[in-house]
Amino acid sequence: MTEAEQRDFIQKKESKILKGNIAAAYAAKSARVQVISAYPITPQTTVVEKLSEFVDGGLMPGTQYIKVESEHSVMASIVGASIAGTRTFTATSGQGLFYMNEMIHWAAGARLPIVTTLASRGPAPPWNIWADYFDVINARDTGWMSAFCSTHQEIYDEILMSYKVTENPDVMLPKFVAYGGFVLSHTSKPVMIEEQDLVDKFLPPLPDEEGWEHIFIDPERPMMHGNLIMPSGFYMEFRMKIHDAMVRAKEKIKKVAEEFERMFGRSYGNGLVQEYKLDGADVGIVIYGDLALQMEQAVDELRDEGYKVGMLKLRYFRPFPEEDIRKAAKKVKVLGVVDRATAFGSPTGGPVSSEVKSTLHNSGIETKVLPMISGLGGREVTLEQQKDQLKILVKMNETGELPDDLLYGTLWHGKLEVE
Amino acid sequence: MSKPEEEKWKKICKSKEERPKVQEYKNWTELPPIPISLPLDGSMGRTGDWRTFRPVINTSECNKCGICWMYCPEGVIQKNEDGDYEIDLEYCKGCGICATECPTKNIEMKRESEM
Repeated sequence: MTEAEQRDFIQKKESKILKGNIAAAYAAKSARVQVISAYPITPQTTVVEKLSEFVDGGLMPGTQYIKVESEHSVMASIVGASIAGTRTFTATSGQGLFYMNEMIHWAAGARLPIVTTLASRGPAPPWNIWADYFDVINARDTGWMSAFCSTHQEIYDEILMSYKVTENPDVMLPKFVAYGGFVLSHTSKPVMIEEQDLVDKFLPPLPDEEGWEHIFIDPERPMMHGNLIMPSGFYMEFRMKIHDAMVRAKEKIKKVAEEFERMFGRSYGNGLVQEYKLDGADVGIVIYGDLALQMEQAVDELRDEGYKVGMLKLRYFRPFPEEDIRKAAKKVKVLGVVDRATAFGSPTGGPVSSEVKSTLHNSGIETKVLPMISGLGGREVTLEQQKDQLKILVKMNETGELPDDLLYGTLWHGKLEVE
Repeated sequence: MSKPEEEKWKKICKSKEERPKVQEYKNWTELPPIPISLPLDGSMGRTGDWRTFRPVINTSECNKCGICWMYCPEGVIQKNEDGDYEIDLEYCKGCGICATECPTKNIEMKRESEM
């Protein structure tokens, strides 16, 4: 397609006004997923509700929709379907993901390219159903990749990109696509739903009857997997292989983001991170998920006021983009890290700030890091608060001193103060 | 194009005919992405190591009925050229089913430490 043709093509496309959850359902439809297994949980439910409408209405011919009695069974059935050689999809949230936990390990250990969306919510108790990324971060060491979305369009796009990454023969790891419950799942924005033939061209072909290369169900080629390995066997080495695939996935993620931009015209930085006005900045802020969108505006407004601030939007938590973090840290003198999640007892703040700090350790980079925790359990984070977070970093840079109001080295920003 | 170290497991996965008698890997780079067990001799390693009691067939008294061969859950009892039954001690776990089922009581379970 020539550039002019591309432009014409883009202009002919129409966007739909969609809730984040519905955008996720459309993405699964566009990706032609073959097996969906579902159990409802707030705030994810409307993803699988919409998909059941699609399947029932004949809009997803050939797709099997399995209703089960729990999240544990959701993942068990998805693992089975994926072993049989199908493109699979499910969605869950918070406690649902925790209940699924055992099967999540089986999915990663069997190296199955399952994509699961999470309308992330705070963990109970106390009961909470609002935006908080604790659920996806809790699955950190399961062998699943995990990505955060900060816009409705990104939910749709990220799910499409996910299948291209996970089904790469060198990767073959499952992946979570997380977005904030309610803030993204239940609000509406325009979302471009791509032409089916273009999506088909972008994604790898659906697995054929042979199934995946490394795992299949074929009476002609009998095999058993998930077997017992004695301590003298290759158990440790199989874990090394998962780690190796995860780290090497970073290159694939970058390549897929590039291809996505070429084909659909939407850019997501290098795939792993998106820099925003970090060049020439004195202080920067690392942020992820829904909070990143509004932080762009906070950066813009402070830049207009003359503050040299910038931000780095983290798109992936696993694999962790350590090279990009170092590159960003080198550009600034003070780096804040905003977590919408907790890591109780951690000596280095929230889950992402811990990663950032350990990435910078022994790297020769002198940038100061301030861990911040903000917006837990769906607590509203206003534009003014985000500007304040940036100003705290600016002040830290000017005075060279940490803010006073820290709890064991971490700034819990936006605490309630009742008069 | 697959890397040379991947050729080994890809062959095992693709074709039943090309499967080797025993799955053997030198190091982690040669391993398949997941642990797989194939219906081959010794897919669990040399299970003869597990044995506490060894079945010993009294060949001169054996009537060659083949009941031990039929009952052996591991398929390690075979008839040799002379028509006698032999047990592959590399893989016999010493469960003793053959000795229990032998109608002429000509298989004795002997403690390995006494062999």
